[in-house]
Amino acid sequence: MTAVDLGLPSLGGLDGVPGAEGPQKAKDFKSDQEVRWCPGCGDYVVLNAMQSFLPSLGLRRENIVFISGIGCSSRFPYYMNTYGMHSIHGRAPAIATGLAVTRPDLSVWVVTGDGDALSIGGNHLIHALRRNVNLKILLFNNRIYGLTKGQYSPTSEPGKVTKSTPVGSLDHPFNPLSLAIGAEATFVARTLDNDRAQLTSILTAAAQHRGSALVEIYQNCPIFNDGAFDVLKEPGQAEQRLIPLEHGKPIVFGDQAVIRTAHGLDIAKADQVSPEDVVVHDATIDDPSYAFALTRLSTQNLDHVVTGIYRDTTRPTYDDQARQQVDTAVAAKTPNLQALLNGSDTWTVG
Amino acid sequence: MDTSVNGGNGQPGSSRPTQVTKLDRVVIRFAGDSGDGMQLTGDRFTSEAAAFGNDLATLPNFPAEIRAPAGTLPGVSSFQLHFADYDILTPGDRPDVLVAMNPAALKANIADLPVGGTVIVNTDEFSKRNLTKVGYEVNPLEDDSLASFQVFDVQMATLTQGALKETGLSKKDAERCKNMFALGLLSWMYHRPTEGTERFLREKFARKPDIAEANVLAFRAGWNYGETTEAFATTYEVPPAAFPPGNYRQITGNAALAYGIVAAGQCSGLPILLGSYPITPASDILHELSRHKNFNITTMQAEDEIAGVGAALGAAYGGSLGVTTTSGPGIALKSETIGLAVMSELPLLVIDVQRGGPSTGLPTKTEQADLLQAMYGRNGESPVPIIAPQSPGDCFAAVLEATRIALTYRTPVLLLSDGAIANGSEPWLIPNADDLPDLRVTFATEPNALDGSDEHWPYVRDTETLARQWAIPGTAGLQHRIGGLEKADGKGNISYDPDNHDRMTRIRQAKVDGITVDDMVVDDPSGDARLLVLGWGSTFGPIGAACRRVRAQGHKVAQAHLRHLNPFPANLGDVLRSYDRVVIPEMNLGQLALLLRGRFLVDAVSYNKVAGLPFKAEELQHVLTTHLNELEGVPA
Repeated sequence: MTAVDLGLPSLGGLDGVPGAEGPQKAKDFKSDQEVRWCPGCGDYVVLNAMQSFLPSLGLRRENIVFISGIGCSSRFPYYMNTYGMHSIHGRAPAIATGLAVTRPDLSVWVVTGDGDALSIGGNHLIHALRRNVNLKILLFNNRIYGLTKGQYSPTSEPGKVTKSTPVGSLDHPFNPLSLAIGAEATFVARTLDNDRAQLTSILTAAAQHRGSALVEIYQNCPIFNDGAFDVLKEPGQAEQRLIPLEHGKPIVFGDQAVIRTAHGLDIAKADQVSPEDVVVHDATIDDPSYAFALTRLSTQNLDHVVTGIYRDTTRPTYDDQARQQVDTAVAAKTPNLQALLNGSDTWTVG
Repeated sequence: MDTSVNGGNGQPGSSRPTQVTKLDRVVIRFAGDSGDGMQLTGDRFTSEAAAFGNDLATLPNFPAEIRAPAGTLPGVSSFQLHFADYDILTPGDRPDVLVAMNPAALKANIADLPVGGTVIVNTDEFSKRNLTKVGYEVNPLEDDSLASFQVFDVQMATLTQGALKETGLSKKDAERCKNMFALGLLSWMYHRPTEGTERFLREKFARKPDIAEANVLAFRAGWNYGETTEAFATTYEVPPAAFPPGNYRQITGNAALAYGIVAAGQCSGLPILLGSYPITPASDILHELSRHKNFNITTMQAEDEIAGVGAALGAAYGGSLGVTTTSGPGIALKSETIGLAVMSELPLLVIDVQRGGPSTGLPTKTEQADLLQAMYGRNGESPVPIIAPQSPGDCFAAVLEATRIALTYRTPVLLLSDGAIANGSEPWLIPNADDLPDLRVTFATEPNALDGSDEHWPYVRDTETLARQWAIPGTAGLQHRIGGLEKADGKGNISYDPDNHDRMTRIRQAKVDGITVDDMVVDDPSGDARLLVLGWGSTFGPIGAACRRVRAQGHKVAQAHLRHLNPFPANLGDVLRSYDRVVIPEMNLGQLALLLRGRFLVDAVSYNKVAGLPFKAEELQHVLTTHLNELEGVPA
C-alpha cells in the first residue's frame, strides 16, 4: 500500500461555513419547543451557554447542525433553532460523519452523554476521533443513566449502588479524556456545567478547531446522581481540586503545582518545588503522551480534576481529505457514464 | 519465446489434425485448490466465450477460507461456465467437462459429472500423500472407478515447468502458472479466441513483466499441447449466439450494482456517499465504486456496518444519495438505522447481497433467506420497499428502480441481490446512457407551514406520493429538527398523542403501499396454463430453464417473476387467483410463499432448498412435472 501526501492547506474549523448577514442574538437560536429537562438539570446551563455563544461565531443559522443520539442530553437539538437530528443510541458520530464529509459548508455538532458516547456508541466515538472528522462533540457526563431512570454508566464509580446494581457496580470506569487521547483526538477539553466562562471559551476554541473536538462537560443530574460534582463547586474545595489549564501558563492551582516525573506528571506542593520544575501547559504538543499524562491527574473520586483545553493540535481531517480525493478524481477524469458502462471488452451484434 | 510448435498463437488457420464437432452448448467446470487460481481461470474462459459471441452464465463456488489447507476437500474452489449458441438461463446443472487440478477437486466434483462426461486431470498432484489426504485408498486414475467417463491425464505442472524452463523462474513460481496451461488447453479444445487473455495477462502483471510472460507462455503451452499431442481426437465448436442487436459486454452482478449506483448519481444529479463495511459477498461493490470518485462519489469504509449506514443516512440528510452495501449479517446490524430512515423519511439505498445464514452461515454461498428480514426485520411498524434483481446484468436496472423509489417517496429501499448473482456473470446489452431515467429531485426552498406561518413543517406531505419535502441544511428559513421519536403529523414536533401515532403509522404504511410499480408480466405462451411458477431474485434462470424443458415436452406452464417484493404489483392477487396451482421455488424455507398466503389467501405451494447453490433446471423440471401430472390426473 502506498501512502499519499495530500498536501492540504491548514484551515480553520469554520472555513467554508457561510457567515450571517447581520448580528445575531441568543434568542435567534431558541426553537419554539418547550425545554423538558428536569428542574435543576445541568443541561439547561449548557443549552443557555450554547445559545448565547453561537452569535459570537456569526454563522448562518441554517448552516449549523446539531446531531444527537439517545439520552437526556440528546434532546438538545430540539431546542436549537438550527437544523438538527435526534438520531439513535450511540450512532450520532457516524451520522454526523456522513454529513460532515458531504457538506463542508456546515458546522456540525454532536451532542452526546456518557452512556451514549462511551457505552453503546463507544466504537463510533473513537473512530470519529482517530479519523479527525470536522465535528464538535459535546459529551455531557453526569456519570449516570438518567433517561432510563438511574442505572450506572461507564463513568460511574465502582461499587455504585443503582437499580441495576443493588450490591454495587463492578465496572471499572472510563476516563473519557484518556480514551479520547488514546484515540489521538486532536482537540480535547473538559469543563463543568457551572463554569459558563470556561465553557464558552472552550466552545469557541472547539468551533475554530479543524477536526474532531471532544469537549467533556461534567453535568449534574439532580434526580439520579445529584451532587456528583458538588465537591468541585464548594468554596475551599474547588481551588484544591480543580486544575485549570491555560496554554503557555504554568499549571498551578491552590497551593499546588503540576510537575514532571520520570513516567509522567504529578502534583506537588508549589512551595516545595522550584518554579522551573512546574509544567508550562502546551496544548499544541503533537505527541499525545503529554496530554494523556494530564488526563491521568484527574481521579474518579474527584480529588483532582483537570479542566480547560488539554490538546489542540493539527492533523489533516478525514472529511477534507475525502473531498480532496473526489475533487482530484473529478479534475483528472471527466465523468463519462457511457464509457464506464462500455468497459474495455465490448462486442457488437447486428 | 518458443515458436517451434505451430506459432502457438491460436489464430484461425493453424493446422488442426483433429476432428471438429459442433455443439450448441457446453458446461465446463474448473476445479482445483483455493490457491490454484480457478476463479481467474474461469473468469478468463468466460471472457473468451463472451468475446466469441456465445451466450453464457457462470457459477463461481469457493470456500470462505482464503487458503484452506492445501489439497483438502474443504479447500476446493471451482468455477462453472455454461456457454451456448442460444440464449441460456443458468450456469448449467452438470458439467460436460471437469478440469480437476488435484485429487480433492476430482473427489469433490466427480459425482456431478454425467456418464460419458470428460475429465481432464492434472496427474502431477495425484501423489500417494495427496490421495490419502482426501480418502482415496487407490488412485482413481488407476482403477476403473472413472470408467464411465472420458479421462485425459495431463501432467500440467510438469509440462508448465518444462515450458517455462528458459524463463529463469523458480520451479515453484513456474508451477503456479499451471492454471494458464489448463486454460490454454481448454481454449484450444473449444476454439476460443486467445488475444484477450494474453492482453489481460500482460495488463494484470504489468509491473512484473517476467511473470506476465511466464503466464502467456504457459497459456500457449497448454494450447500447443492440445494441438500437438494426439491425445485429443476431437475439438468442439460452439457457434456464437444470436443476440438482439446492440453493444454487449460481460458483467457480474456486483459490477452491475456498482455501475447502477454510479448511474443513479448521474441520473439524479446528486453526489453519492457509499458507507460500507467489508463483507462477503458484497465487498466488490465498495471496491468498484471506490475507483469511480470522478463521478462525484465518496466511498467510506466505515468502522462497522452500523456506521456505514449511519454515514449514508447522514449524507442523505445533507442532500446526497446515501448508499450502503452489505450482506445479511450486516442488515441485522443496520436495522435500527434503517428504522430511523423510515421514521425520518429520508431516501436511502440499502443493498443486501444475500448469503447463507443464519449468523455467519455460508459467507461464499448463495441463499435468498433475507426476504422476511428485509420486510419485517425492524422494531415497530416499519415498512420498507424491496426490490430484487433476477440476473447479474439486471442489477443495473434494479438499482435505478430502487433509487427512483427512494428519491420519489423519501424512504429507505432494500435491494436484495444474492451470492449467485453477485459473482455470476452474463453478457449484458449495454444501455445507452442517454436513455436512462430522469431521477432529478427538487429540494425544498420555501416554508410550507399549513398554518400560513413562515416555518418549515417537515412532515407536510405531497398529496399524491405522501412523500415529505427534502429540506436540506443550508437552506435559509427551513431550519427544523427530525429524529427517531414519533412526529406530529404535519408540523413534525415530538408527539406522544395516541391518535397521532396511529395516524402516522398508517400514513407510513400507506406511503409504501401506494408506491407505483409495474404490473407483473406473466409468460404463458399458450394462454391457458393451469400451473403458474412464481419466483423472485436469482431463481429466474433455473425456473425459466425448467419451464422451457417442461414446455418442450408439450406441457403448459406459466412463469412470472417478482421484481417488487414490497409493495407487490397491483395485479399480483388476480394473477395468483387465476391459476389452479401456484408453485413458488425459493432458496429459503418458503418466505415469499408465507407473504403471499398471508396477503392473498392463495394456497401457494412451496419448493424449497437451502443448499448454498442455485437450483438446477433438471430439479425444477421434475418439480413442475410432478405438479402438472397431479393437475392432469396422471398417476405418479
